[in-house]
Amino acid sequence: MIRPSGPGSLLVIVPALNEEGAIGAVVQAIRQSVPGAPVLVIDDSSQDATITRAREAGAEVLCLPHHLGLGGAVQAGYKLAYELGFDYVIRVDGDGQHDPCDIPRMLETLKTSGAEMVIGSRFNAHAGSGTGIVRRLGIAFFRAVLRPILGKPVHDPTSGFVGVNRTALGVFSGSFPLEYPEIEALVVLQRRRFRFEEIPCKMRPRSTGRSSITALKSLYYIAHVLLGVFVNVLKFDRRVHRGEGG
Amino acid sequence: MDRLLNVTTVLSFVLFLVVLFSLRRAHIRVEYSVMWLLAAGSMMVLSRLRPVLELFRRLTGLPDTPLTLFLLAAGVFLVTFFRFTVIISHLRDDNIALAQRLAILEYHIQSLGKHEN
Repeated sequence: MIRPSGPGSLLVIVPALNEEGAIGAVVQAIRQSVPGAPVLVIDDSSQDATITRAREAGAEVLCLPHHLGLGGAVQAGYKLAYELGFDYVIRVDGDGQHDPCDIPRMLETLKTSGAEMVIGSRFNAHAGSGTGIVRRLGIAFFRAVLRPILGKPVHDPTSGFVGVNRTALGVFSGSFPLEYPEIEALVVLQRRRFRFEEIPCKMRPRSTGRSSITALKSLYYIAHVLLGVFVNVLKFDRRVHRGEGG
Repeated sequence: MDRLLNVTTVLSFVLFLVVLFSLRRAHIRVEYSVMWLLAAGSMMVLSRLRPVLELFRRLTGLPDTPLTLFLLAAGVFLVTFFRFTVIISHLRDDNIALAQRLAILEYHIQSLGKHEN
């Protein structure tokens, strides 16, 4: 069973759905980058050998009884980490797009910057992007939407390579966007006056499988996320007016 | 006009019966059948009591009675659908929270089993 090693303990969570081809290498790479940190794979009811491959590579596995979607899977990991008493959680995608070599820098930034959330950004500074034109356009659109809401620029709002401290963990354990959570999560944090930092990270193409977001789903994604963002803005503004904000 | 009202009466009656049979066979729960029974009952009454329908037509200022009946039916069913959307959203939230709790408890139980072995 995973246990926090003491003050400043880190848990790396890896949400995965049908990632038998990549998950073993991802877990091994994480264990090499942060040898002392436990790795928790959250299996969102995969139909393949994801659970077996993850366990063979040395990860603990949290098996969801049925498919919940990315947000539901990530939140399950946050809930377990919060209950077990971890101070920091870093999320790495199970498809091999995130380079675990960046985890120590993310952890260091979380510990030293005072920010509640650190985002691994593919566009910040000199990091290679490795991103298609459609996704780049989508990211540019959401950058423009988020700029006035967040009060500062965010270079890569769709990045799933994210680290949070225990304060943010407590918030996300109670409430977390369930579909396409990355952008909405930023708004939730900002509305609570939490801070986030971005650090440049390398992003790689998927090593196996295909992205679940097709061209048609991209339009749904944009509409869904926009609605979620504005609902969160209105919800928290009302709380602030009623004196419940913060 | 009369034919339209007769068809509405028959359809409402069929809907009423379908809901009652579904209740009897436990396909739907009582609390979720109330809106459907009310909707079917209202449509039946309105299609049989023309003065009441005429009163609605005058109150809404609509040009003819069939349109009034159609708009009333649409309104009732929209309210019903919206209510069920709210219920489904709550059920989905509860379902996700339960699934997460189940996964976490199973994880703890497996860990305890490993620890004892």
